[in-house]
Amino acid sequence: MAFAAFGGAAARAAAEPAPLKKGAVAIGLLAPGVAYLLLFFLTPLIALVFTSFEQPASSGAIGAYVPGFRWQNYGEALATYWPHFARSFGYALIATVAALLIGYPVAYFIGVTARRWPLLQSLALVLVIAPFFISFLLRTLAWQQILGTNGWIVAALHGLGWLGPNEGIVGTDFSVVFGLTYNFLPFVILPLYTSLERLDIRCLEAGSDLYASPATRFLRITLPLSAPGVVSGTLLTFIPAAGDYINADQQYLGSPNTAMVGNVIQGTFLNSQQYPLASAISVALMVIVLVIVAIYIRFAGTEDLV
Amino acid sequence: MAASGAFAEAGADLELVGIHKRFPGFTAIESLDLRIPAGSFFALLGPSGCGKTTTLRLVAGLEQPTSGRILIGGEDVTDVKPYQRPVNTVFQSYALFPHMTVIENVAFGLRRRRIPDPIAKAHEALQLVELDHLAQRRPAQLSGGQQQRVALARAVVNRPALLLLDEPLGALDLKLRRQMQIELKDIQSEVGLTFLHVTHDQEEAMTMADTVAVMNRGAIEQLGTPEELYDLPRTAFVANFLGQSNLFTGQVVSSAGEAIVVDAAGTRIAVPAKRAQRHSGAVTVGVRPEKLVLHTEAPAPATGRNLLGPGRVTDVSFTGVSTQYLVAIPGLREVVVFAQNMVFGPVVGEGAEVWVSWDAEHGFGLADEAVGEGEQGRFVDDATTGSIARQTRDELLDELGES
Repeated sequence: MAFAAFGGAAARAAAEPAPLKKGAVAIGLLAPGVAYLLLFFLTPLIALVFTSFEQPASSGAIGAYVPGFRWQNYGEALATYWPHFARSFGYALIATVAALLIGYPVAYFIGVTARRWPLLQSLALVLVIAPFFISFLLRTLAWQQILGTNGWIVAALHGLGWLGPNEGIVGTDFSVVFGLTYNFLPFVILPLYTSLERLDIRCLEAGSDLYASPATRFLRITLPLSAPGVVSGTLLTFIPAAGDYINADQQYLGSPNTAMVGNVIQGTFLNSQQYPLASAISVALMVIVLVIVAIYIRFAGTEDLV
Repeated sequence: MAASGAFAEAGADLELVGIHKRFPGFTAIESLDLRIPAGSFFALLGPSGCGKTTTLRLVAGLEQPTSGRILIGGEDVTDVKPYQRPVNTVFQSYALFPHMTVIENVAFGLRRRRIPDPIAKAHEALQLVELDHLAQRRPAQLSGGQQQRVALARAVVNRPALLLLDEPLGALDLKLRRQMQIELKDIQSEVGLTFLHVTHDQEEAMTMADTVAVMNRGAIEQLGTPEELYDLPRTAFVANFLGQSNLFTGQVVSSAGEAIVVDAAGTRIAVPAKRAQRHSGAVTVGVRPEKLVLHTEAPAPATGRNLLGPGRVTDVSFTGVSTQYLVAIPGLREVVVFAQNMVFGPVVGEGAEVWVSWDAEHGFGLADEAVGEGEQGRFVDDATTGSIARQTRDELLDELGES
């Protein structure tokens, strides 16, 4: 999905006339990538769309479907699972905003404040990337333990009376959003860091020379200049978070009440074997995300930013 | 003093009292005292790394002095934040906002101070620098010279009580530079702003400023009108940085009467006592090259004229208006002579035997301490470890800032 979202600029660049000789080399270099995408991205995508229109086989056996054009699959998908869609986008939105609020100061510190100490800068970057050395699943499981009923956090909250005797953290909206925020935080920090690292401090000095208070400098200079990082960081968080099914899974940080679209797709596909319905949900999710992203990019106006 | 609401009515005077500025590892400014009267065009002139840009940044509030006070219009602004100071800066690096159009860049300060009609005023400022037709462009779409003019407009439009200029005309071609110099002078006389101009270009400082302070190694060597500085430099640094000088070192052999007489390698050189900083011991005296007269025959000694020679012309370079001769005189350094081209072509050729004379009234005596016997020790050595380290550091900082 992300590929498609950024495809506009790439297509325009490719359309520019290039000398013929260079064109041949470019095609040669592009061929493996194009072939790979055709085979492993486009083919499954087309298969998915076809599956989403299949109808039940006349035998009536579970998991048996024949090709057809049963567009009602989409109606059923949205009518039955709209709360899960809404929940998915709600969670993804809150997690994205939270990751941005947490990630911006971190990225600013690494990219701007720590400039004078290159060693500290490298160390901080390593720390941001460090979680990737441990599996995503293991880290989420670790949080399940930490936030679980036997963990010290819940015990402390019980002791303080902030949580009722039968209440916990795991399985709530909070724990799922927390997990999403945690897992996607590096994807916000890294693009923001690249943007802020290039921020010209002299522009901020010029701002303060031109009567801009620290808050105004941030809003008028720092934030607009780091907008490309904000846009790519939020997209890299929002898109995968909306389709995430690990954090909201009952075995991890979720419960039946926190099921997201990803969990629904997993359940309908693997458990109840309703392949057309699962495919229809997947395609619907993809289309909605694309529309949201298109509106967002247009609104953010990244084209103007150099 | 308030930085909002309206333009400054007039320029403010600037006073620096006992400023010290130390950075980790080196001292940028040492004990600087300076008073710039309201409405003047003041130039800080010096080589790179002499502390002039640091001085400017201290006044703008972008650096804090290690000790000392800064007063603008009589008010102590040492602890006032840069955005609350009635000061605007034209940065050497322009520091235009890349994400804003030219017009928005220029209107930025006006908007912050909620000055009515910012866009119209910004257009006026752009007309002043002849860039109004590019108002909707981004800075990245402009040439270096155009960016510099936008930076100038962005500062001038605010009509600050004190305008700081950090080498603001460096990227302009000669014609535009002259034009901008005139514009700046016009703005200054029209609004009566106080200008503090930092430059390493002696010509720019001399042509534009009412008062020039020559800065070296974090301290002011000499301060005065361009004419005063040129006519009567007090130190070897000023004598050499501001134009060229012929300097001679020797013991004072007579200081009776109106003139002191110095014995420079056997030649007696007289300098008016009132134009000499020191009247005894080993001193350095000098004279400007255009004050010297070349003679092809030994002239009759005359009172009130110094005479050197015979020497040999080692180099002749024709520069149009004048011809520059290098004359080697036994026992002395090479002497530089500028002769107006009153006749067609050079008066003498290379290798000719010549005498050099000048009116003793034009000589000056410097205040520098005599270091050793030779002349070499007398002049400021820019190749000391400390100054090399400082310059390297500055260059590194510049690079860091640019990347």
